[in-house]
Amino acid sequence: MSRKLLLEKEHVPGIRSYEVYRREGGYASVEKALKMAPADIVEEVKKSGLRGRGGAGFPTGMKWSFLAKPEGVPRYLVCNADESEPGTFKDRYLMEFIPHLLIEGMIVASFALGSNVSYIYIRGEYAWITDILEQAISEARQNGFLGSNILGTGFNCEMYVQRGAGAYICGEETALIESLEGKRGNPRIKPPFPAVKGLWDCPTVVNNVETLAAVVPIINEGGEAYSKIGVGKSTGTKLISACGNINKPGIFEIDMTISVEEFIYSDEYCGGIPNGKKLKACIPGGSSVPILPANLLLTTAKGEKRMMNYESLADGSFASGSMMGSGGFIVLDEDQCVVRNTLTLARFYHHESCGQCSPCREGTGWMERILKKIEYGKGELKDIDLLWDIQRKIEGNTICPLGDAAAWPIAAAIRHFRDEFEWHVLNPEECLTRNYGLAHYADPIHVPVMA
Amino acid sequence: MIQFSPEKLDKVNEIMSRYPAGRHKSALIPVLHLAQQEFGGWLDTPVMDYVATLLKIEPIEVYEVASFYSMYNLKPVGIYLFEVCQTGPCMVNGSDAIIDYIKKKLNIAVGETTADNLFTLKTVECLGACGYAPMMQLGNNYREHLTPEKVDAIIEECRAKAN
Repeated sequence: MSRKLLLEKEHVPGIRSYEVYRREGGYASVEKALKMAPADIVEEVKKSGLRGRGGAGFPTGMKWSFLAKPEGVPRYLVCNADESEPGTFKDRYLMEFIPHLLIEGMIVASFALGSNVSYIYIRGEYAWITDILEQAISEARQNGFLGSNILGTGFNCEMYVQRGAGAYICGEETALIESLEGKRGNPRIKPPFPAVKGLWDCPTVVNNVETLAAVVPIINEGGEAYSKIGVGKSTGTKLISACGNINKPGIFEIDMTISVEEFIYSDEYCGGIPNGKKLKACIPGGSSVPILPANLLLTTAKGEKRMMNYESLADGSFASGSMMGSGGFIVLDEDQCVVRNTLTLARFYHHESCGQCSPCREGTGWMERILKKIEYGKGELKDIDLLWDIQRKIEGNTICPLGDAAAWPIAAAIRHFRDEFEWHVLNPEECLTRNYGLAHYADPIHVPVMA
Repeated sequence: MIQFSPEKLDKVNEIMSRYPAGRHKSALIPVLHLAQQEFGGWLDTPVMDYVATLLKIEPIEVYEVASFYSMYNLKPVGIYLFEVCQTGPCMVNGSDAIIDYIKKKLNIAVGETTADNLFTLKTVECLGACGYAPMMQLGNNYREHLTPEKVDAIIEECRAKAN
């Protein structure tokens, strides 16, 4: 059983309430941090090696240290709770069941960054969680952890929850800021980065829910102790939301030292695949990251066991690897159709494109239409090449990473499952009645290694 | 006449107080949620104009936001809006069959409302409940691990509430 830092108390009855949370040691990190110099808190977070848990994996301490501090200009902390990446539902769990952990982490981060008004931007569909968070904020306020002169230190901090209204793009930090300003969620051109010009043109840090929650154990135990959990640059623990064809879908906190195989088959985690089916493919880090066939998922091209951490999941780059991403782990069994799965993702990105950049606005719709043709037995072989060509022309050619996020799943599906796409084209009637099946996707592969 | 109740106006003022002076436009998205809830489940043009007046912004600033975000309904919907997720992880767990079942059961197509104005069926993209698929949003809550039996029960529950 790996160590839990965030979900350690998840099963304590009443942990959602302030009384129980506090009795279990909650808000100790605020008491500790408010006696520290803000710069020292940033230093602890740097030492911890914590990487942004929203998907990009950028070192949090470094992001904090980039925050501009011009005289007389307010600075803002914004929590990105716009969790919308298909396969990802970990932030929801954290906010729904242990809301005070997020509030606690945000108070520490607000103090470290000098934010006197901090916002939680939550996806609009999580309406009931908005109420839970507002309740938690009001409890924290009543107990002197928010408001003016917190714990007699002279530090003032207010916190508000802002509901979005259904737009995946608002998980992109500059789109989120636009939305928080009451506008359409169109991402901004960077630079300037939010650290210099963010919310209402003021220096702003935007961090994911899990990232801010992780600040609590980092302050309680020290950055160095946190950095010793995990392996290499994958420090601490990571929440994985697992779904698809597994026996135990849900949220798991892992310390990044376990293998992908153990994660899928161990009873402690996903508990294997239902009905004795075989593993065909997996999208290990949310819908945007490359899908991998079973063989490359469990073993890297170098023949090593693939582990559940940032480096190992990315081993082989996009040629034979994937990404940790947001930790949205989607498992597909032998009965699943990769073409259909890719079609639903293409439809998703088409729906969610903000429409600002033509490669993304036009390209995502075009890809969806071609995939639909192939899925319904009306495709041609040249469509597969056309798909490849379109995704290449989207990637890197848009203001924000949604273009890349839309391109990568399609590229990876063609890269690893091209024969399944071809089978659909060559068997237009059969593909309507059955799926391609497991084929060779779980067979051991031999990759020549350069001397 | 479109007008929030005094309680709702207090709520609007409370929302506006969350932002620095002069930044009240930030209240637009939360106030549109409030307006949709208060004025029949969708945002008719006069409703959006009223919100513009309240927030002292131009109507176009409201229209462009209302038309961008998928949670705002720009056409009338039934009293109960079934928003069924159809993205990858839900599809893998049988959302297509659930959508077909609801269509048959209510005798409507996706995007349509039943003749008694009780139900509207919409398909939506990922709602962040992938581990509890298939699922739908109903009002402010999620209904998860859907089966035909569960759908039947939800429909009955709504009908009972409406009576």
